Amino acid sequence: MTIDAVLLLIMGVMFAAAVYLLMDRTLTRIMFGLMLFTNGVNLLIVIMAGPAGFPPIVTDGVADDEYFDPLPQALTLTSIVISFAITAFLLALIYRSWVLARRDEVQVDIEDIQVAEQPAYDAEDDAELTDEESEFLEDHEDPNIDYELTTQDDPTVRPHDPKEGDRR
Amino acid sequence: MSDFSVVSLAPLSVLLPILGAAIAFTLVRRPMSQIVVTLATMVITMALEIWMLVDVWINGGAEAVLLGGWEAPIAISLVVDRFSAIMLVVSSIVVLSVLLFASAQGLGDDEAPQQPVSIFHPTFLILTAGVSNAFLAGDLFNLYVGFEILLTASYVLLTIGGTGPRVRAGVTYVVVSVVSSVIFLVAIAMIYGATGTVNMADVAMKLGELDPDLQQLLHLMLLVGFGIKAAVFPLSFWLPDSYPTAPAPVTAVFAGLLTKVGVYAIVRTETLLFPGDRVNTLLLVISGLTMLVGILGALVQFDIKRVLSFTLVSHIGYMIFGVSVANQIGLTATVFYVVHHITIQTALFLVTGLIEYRTGTANIDRLGSMAKISPLVAVLFLIPALNLGGIPPFSGFLGKVGLIEGGVVNGTPLAWVMVAASVATSLLTLIVMMRIWTRVFWRPIEDSEDPAMRGMEEAKRAEANAKPLRTDSRGLVVPTIGLVTVGVALTFVAGPLFDFADEAANDMIHRTPYIEAVLGEEAAQQAQLEADVLEDWGISGSDGAGTQQGSEGGPVD
Repeated sequence: MTIDAVLLLIMGVMFAAAVYLLMDRTLTRIMFGLMLFTNGVNLLIVIMAGPAGFPPIVTDGVADDEYFDPLPQALTLTSIVISFAITAFLLALIYRSWVLARRDEVQVDIEDIQVAEQPAYDAEDDAELTDEESEFLEDHEDPNIDYELTTQDDPTVRPHDPKEGDRR
Repeated sequence: MSDFSVVSLAPLSVLLPILGAAIAFTLVRRPMSQIVVTLATMVITMALEIWMLVDVWINGGAEAVLLGGWEAPIAISLVVDRFSAIMLVVSSIVVLSVLLFASAQGLGDDEAPQQPVSIFHPTFLILTAGVSNAFLAGDLFNLYVGFEILLTASYVLLTIGGTGPRVRAGVTYVVVSVVSSVIFLVAIAMIYGATGTVNMADVAMKLGELDPDLQQLLHLMLLVGFGIKAAVFPLSFWLPDSYPTAPAPVTAVFAGLLTKVGVYAIVRTETLLFPGDRVNTLLLVISGLTMLVGILGALVQFDIKRVLSFTLVSHIGYMIFGVSVANQIGLTATVFYVVHHITIQTALFLVTGLIEYRTGTANIDRLGSMAKISPLVAVLFLIPALNLGGIPPFSGFLGKVGLIEGGVVNGTPLAWVMVAASVATSLLTLIVMMRIWTRVFWRPIEDSEDPAMRGMEEAKRAEANAKPLRTDSRGLVVPTIGLVTVGVALTFVAGPLFDFADEAANDMIHRTPYIEAVLGEEAAQQAQLEADVLEDWGISGSDGAGTQQGSEGGPVD
């Protein structure tokens, strides 16, 4: 199989530029990156079909190396359509993101930051709960009623005097 | 009609949902008839797929449908074997229950204006068509098209309503998915350049003749592409970021199906295209990391949907583990585990939807008293939660025992380490699930950090036996009960199902039934694996069991 070096080089440049653009935080650039990426692979499929110049038609008496393989063209056509549709969808999404956030940037996941910033100490997990002396304690006599007031430095529970109706 | 086989109707399981979607699109202004059309389509499709499963279960082997009137390998082939048949049935059961759930949610719910119902149902059907196409594809490019159909539908479903968080999550999701598809497409182009075919059976025969380095390259490219879709550890970062923002039924079906399509493709790559020990060590390490990193992530989250997304990543590790131990019992357990996990994970997300419906939030720090507010929801959560954690009578336990057995049979020190990792992950999953259970269901809601208003009110009313703000909507509860029941039923049919999975694994390891179905007997003879490759899988291959496998259970044709 012969391969067109120029096309291969162009494809390489397209992939390189695409990867570079995909690293960016700006949504428009990411989209350009994806466009280059998908078109680079379309080019790759065409390259894989072999040398250009012949029609993709087989008639009687045509030698093996005198027609072009039609399958890659069909594959490329399919993938062009798919990448076109997805680019259009992404464009709409980016526009919507611009309308909502007024920034052409990948937005930060707030909840992710909340999870990352939550303190290592969790009252419910880490407080040293006092052993209950009897399982017949009334609700308001729960010795652990104040566990939420514990801190990382002092995880022990020191209940104030239980009063009637503490819980309600 | 002696030569009629229901498998020749296989293309209908892709075509029917697309047709249904087309009809549903014309009924945009009539939500009720749209729902009826969608459900009817799914019921018919499911009936057809169950019929195919029964056919495959009885007759065994694999059968191919060649489209376009060409001979293989030129024709586009759809292949129904045991693995794809069971995947089709499980996926349509899940889709049907989620559709019922979503239909009930879309009607008479105050969140309805946020969800454009008119595009939800048709898009859902197109997603189903894509999933079915991916399971049936006997052709790498058709697999790619199947992936694109389901991904494009999933982009729409994930960003439905176009709210801020969904658009934010959607952008990341679309970009990551497109990149994975492009990597897959590059691999297809290179495989075509190297072998001159994209038919999977044909590729499987020709790949073996290539330079081993080139094989390795193609193999790894396919694995990276599928690995992103399946959310395998270093490539799983996008999943917990994007799934939780979508509406409950959408997340449920994504969690159940989309990653499993990736796992399905990995299983096919490892058995059909690149059999034998090539990257098993790498996969073993990755599977262990996926399990542990996923479950550790789940431990620190405080949103139920995010917790479940992380457990999803973690449990993908189990399936990869079963593939990478490279023996029959491991692969059998993987097939069983995929079936189990699709059902259970979807059920858990639906239950989260029920919790949100009653209290208005899925944040663990804002919930409490759920067991008092709705004992029914508590039971519906507890059963799949214990199932996921691997508590004995349930199918999660059975699947994990099978996987661990696979690891033990493998016997290498690394496999033992991964067995230990999988046991630890199982334990941690139980902790994660019980953390949700104790906080959301048992803890009095006043004790939570920031009690949800609606939850407080509901708890107060439940205490006073007053009329609740909202009762559990029957339309939402019934599909959830159905799915939880299917999950429990897996325990009761575990024996036959394991036998079936065993035969599915046997077929896949031998490759011959699949190749025979597409390319005919002569090719299958050639494709028969060397005895030492089969021995790697833990099968004594010298008795030629592979060829008999295809015609097992009497003459098929």
